[in-house]
Amino acid sequence: MSGYYHADEQIWLQLDEPEAEVLASLVDQLQEMVRPGEPASGDPLDELVGIDAQATPPPDAAQARLFPDAYREDPEAADEFRRFTERELRAARLEQIAAFRATLSDAVGDATLLDQASTAASLGVLNDLRLVLGTRLGLQTDEDNEPGAMDPEDPRQPLFAAYHWLTWLQSQLLAAMHPDGF
Amino acid sequence: MTALPAEDTQILSDAKTDKPWVTLVWNDPVNLMDYVVHVFMTHFGYSKEKATELMLQVHQEGRSAVSHGDRESMERDVAAMHGYGLWATLGKDD
Repeated sequence: MSGYYHADEQIWLQLDEPEAEVLASLVDQLQEMVRPGEPASGDPLDELVGIDAQATPPPDAAQARLFPDAYREDPEAADEFRRFTERELRAARLEQIAAFRATLSDAVGDATLLDQASTAASLGVLNDLRLVLGTRLGLQTDEDNEPGAMDPEDPRQPLFAAYHWLTWLQSQLLAAMHPDGF
Repeated sequence: MTALPAEDTQILSDAKTDKPWVTLVWNDPVNLMDYVVHVFMTHFGYSKEKATELMLQVHQEGRSAVSHGDRESMERDVAAMHGYGLWATLGKDD
């Protein structure tokens, strides 16, 4: 049985080698995207507590989706919020990625048991990957999500297939986390 | 001269800015419905019923105010929602 599943009151993950490789490669790219830039502040105290001297919305759309503006109509307040939160959010995402990598290498071949932290990391990383791929694919509506929504000749078809596979994995994980249903 | 009720003529405080803040979660095509319910249950400790109701409001009406309070707590909730990958902003309760 491949993917996430619930058995003996626990959550398990089992992957074959190619699946783990695809996930590892996607996670490498996510990590590049999430890694914080050089400390913008020269102030050691700011760096210590993780505050940026200045912070502006990421120019890349997928990054902007992971770190959106907190105020829709007040760019100044949005930048101020970003200055105090974005570095910490990036660090938390990197931690999640590291935990997910460890789970990945354990899950090849024999199923591995997920504790609470690795379960949360899996859920978060799968969601981040879907957000990034969804942005790259330009998904705007629920209909865009339909597996048949893209022209089979479209060069982005492999990305679209990966997106649907991640959706399937995340759904499996959510079902394993809520065995009594929603 | 028309008699105005005194409570409508308060000028000492800005009634609008005194209103509590809210965490707004916006609809997006990627986050799975079950995932959004899970996040509302996990972060806010909402029941499955309440979390589902809020998720459906996001999905059907485009957005939902999922928590209410002072600005500082709402900024914490918005940051937490961003950590989960939900599209959230601060707003005023109205």
